[in-house]
Amino acid sequence: MLRLECLRSIYSELQNCLVVTIMGAVAAELQSLGHRPNFFYLQHAMGLASSMGLGLALCLPEQQVIVIDGDGSLLMNLGSLSTMARYRPKKLVHVVFDNESLLSVGGFPTATSTGTDLEGIARASGIPRVATVRSVESFKAAVSDAVRSSELTTIIAKVEATGPTAYVTDLSLLENRFQFRRYIQALGKH
Amino acid sequence: MAGADLDGRNMPVSLTNSKLIFDALKECDIRMVSALPETWLVHLIRLADDDPEMTLVRLAKEEEAVGVSAGAYFAGVKSAMLMQNHGFLASINGIVSLAHLYKIPLLMLISYRGSFGERDPWQTQGGNVTEPLLRALGIPYSFLDAVETVKKRIRQAQTLAESSLQPVALLLTRDLMWEE
Repeated sequence: MLRLECLRSIYSELQNCLVVTIMGAVAAELQSLGHRPNFFYLQHAMGLASSMGLGLALCLPEQQVIVIDGDGSLLMNLGSLSTMARYRPKKLVHVVFDNESLLSVGGFPTATSTGTDLEGIARASGIPRVATVRSVESFKAAVSDAVRSSELTTIIAKVEATGPTAYVTDLSLLENRFQFRRYIQALGKH
Repeated sequence: MAGADLDGRNMPVSLTNSKLIFDALKECDIRMVSALPETWLVHLIRLADDDPEMTLVRLAKEEEAVGVSAGAYFAGVKSAMLMQNHGFLASINGIVSLAHLYKIPLLMLISYRGSFGERDPWQTQGGNVTEPLLRALGIPYSFLDAVETVKKRIRQAQTLAESSLQPVALLLTRDLMWEE
């Protein structure tokens, strides 16, 4: 299963969500499908995308938030699963693309390649809805179900360790940041 | 667990001055506080937990607070981070690679353990490096060290964080927090 195809399958679902992604392949591939002002790419600070999604979801409980995480990033901040589970915001969906590697720094294998089970960790941390998916169809259905469930969900999507040839895009970090903030400010004015 | 002081109620941490800090945060419209417990912060955390107008986020590790506060900022909610100076040490990559990189204002209240008067040997190394690290990171900081100036300093720290779009730190000192 390719991450890019997974992202393509949920692209329309993301239209009205606040989306926070990790750096690297996820950010570049989502941008390749078309950047939107409601997408924020956390191009460093590995591990904190889920924490940022939690902050957004707690402060904007009516707004659907989707975090697009990765195995390498999540392994750097496993405590975030326990913190999310503690507050379990209803409209937070936590997608984790697990390619069992740190792709953007040369593809070194992560601990999920040697048996670490992120679904198990998420469930044992108290995340109320957890799933692992291995096909684009099941991925799309899992995200769709999670959004409609109104319950904190972590979806582990097992994907191939392939990605784009380049990670730097022409969207500057600060442009993305100010645009995302303005997008959210405008939400409150409707 | 006989005799155990599980929630710090019997510690000589100043409830009066904790209340002073908490009220000053509320006057600045802070509505979310993220925290990882430490002795000097026991009352502040309980005050936040008991206040229906305040959302308390209890963390597993302090670096999460940078992400949570960044999310709150984007959502238009004013937040503060409560942490020990060792928690600040644990947050540095988040501060640099999220708050500095993306120009996110943060109000950090950091208990300044390991400084003059410290009895716990394990706090002392962190005390040595707190201010040098704040300076190295270019984080403006000041002290909460006297009752008369608490309210003003908190207001000023928040004003600077918001105008400069960067993290600003207030060091909570023994003189203010500890009654012994």
